[in-house]
Amino acid sequence: MMTSQISPSDQSHRRSDKLFYVGMGVIGGSYVLLIVLFLAADIAYMLQGSSRHQLVFDNPLVQALSKPEIRFSILLSLISCSLSAILSLFVAVPIGYLLARTQFFGRRFVDALLDIPIILPPLVVGLSLLILFQFWPLTARLPGIGVTLNELVVYQVPAVILAQFAVAAAFAVRTMKATFEQINPRCEQVALTLGCNRWQAFSHVSLPEARRGMLTAITLAWARALGEFGPLLIFAGATRNKTEVLSTTVFLELSIGDIEAAVAVSLIMVTAAVTVLLVTRLWGAKDVMV
Amino acid sequence: MIELVNVCARSGHFSLCDVSFQVRTGHYGVLMGRTGCGKTTLLETVAGLKPVTSGQIILSGRDVTHFGPAQRGIGYVPQDGALFSTMSVREHLSFALKIRRESSETIQKRVIKLAKMLDIESLLDRRPLGLSGGERQRVALGRALSFRPRILLLDEPLSAVDEDTREEMYELLRRVQAETRTTALHVTHNSAEAQRLGQSLFVIRDGKVIKEES
Repeated sequence: MMTSQISPSDQSHRRSDKLFYVGMGVIGGSYVLLIVLFLAADIAYMLQGSSRHQLVFDNPLVQALSKPEIRFSILLSLISCSLSAILSLFVAVPIGYLLARTQFFGRRFVDALLDIPIILPPLVVGLSLLILFQFWPLTARLPGIGVTLNELVVYQVPAVILAQFAVAAAFAVRTMKATFEQINPRCEQVALTLGCNRWQAFSHVSLPEARRGMLTAITLAWARALGEFGPLLIFAGATRNKTEVLSTTVFLELSIGDIEAAVAVSLIMVTAAVTVLLVTRLWGAKDVMV
Repeated sequence: MIELVNVCARSGHFSLCDVSFQVRTGHYGVLMGRTGCGKTTLLETVAGLKPVTSGQIILSGRDVTHFGPAQRGIGYVPQDGALFSTMSVREHLSFALKIRRESSETIQKRVIKLAKMLDIESLLDRRPLGLSGGERQRVALGRALSFRPRILLLDEPLSAVDEDTREEMYELLRRVQAETRTTALHVTHNSAEAQRLGQSLFVIRDGKVIKEES
């Protein structure tokens, strides 16, 4: 009968394997712990010193929601984020498709250019948009209306959407490029031999196959738009009941010293972000997230 | 008839030049060659998926050298089947006819006929995920034949099929090709497959296509 004995070298291997995983776990886990702790701190800060009645009916969240300017900022956030996410997907699908499927002059340059909104400091994106709108034809009076595009956009609601879109679209593009790279191009070629033109092959075959990637792209863009702050502050301003969205609410509440309201609004944003993340994880494409 | 006249095509690092051969109308032609010798490139060139650098491609008496894939009237079965993951088998069989705006009655009749011919009636409402290698190739074959093309191009259609299914597929391919009276060009690296199916045999050697006696 054979007996299996663990040799000393095996034992030392197993010990070093264990140490390897423990080491990786501790280093990686410290970042996970940081996220859990700062979220927990937000909740603890809101709950401290409250009675049970206060906790349910008079907590900072309820107080924040009772303020009309915060309700306005929630509404504007929902509308502007949704619009900028839709616009982001609208441009991300063709750009992602072209980058993934075609070779054209300057392709690598365009690919690198699309990373600029991601790597640029957010304030610089806002400042650049503001400067762009100082140039003709954006400063020319529109026939019939008598106002300029600059007046219609800068420090107005359209500036909120444009600033959010400028950054969120870059994330949507990356997601859609990865999505189309994973779809077998042979399917589209077969569709061409079956009688399709390029548009039909794209719309009947590739687009339906990309639907999970599209869901991921639009939810990521929505989440990015919700968290946008720097470009908004410069390009759209932070005027209450006009261009105030949730991220600017946090800033405005902090600037007047109402930390509880700022934390409450932050928690609203955390809830929205977690919801978006869950949607993406459950129904979106798993391996195309940026 | 499938006729290539002095065709030159390039793909990646290699090029094929001065390729000329003919597959007679209604014949089953098999093009053999080692992996990476350019068989697929040549087939894609006939299908219109890759451009020729020079020469002529004549299908059923028409010079289609500069036609797009949709105008060539060819049924194409790629190596991996390349089935559409979002469509059912029924949708695969009706796809080309819907693009041609055939009536729903015509489409329905055609789908039933194809499903019977390929023995995939029980699979009509299934999606590609979970189909076996043989089933996938049957669906791909049905999709390629759905609009009654006169030319059928098959790119290593049996490479992902197990030995037992392979025998069935030989029978099926020959029967279907005879029933539909298509002119077939089948690409493979398997000489047994070539001997079994081919009425006309061609071999790619050193960038040239040579006809072999069958």
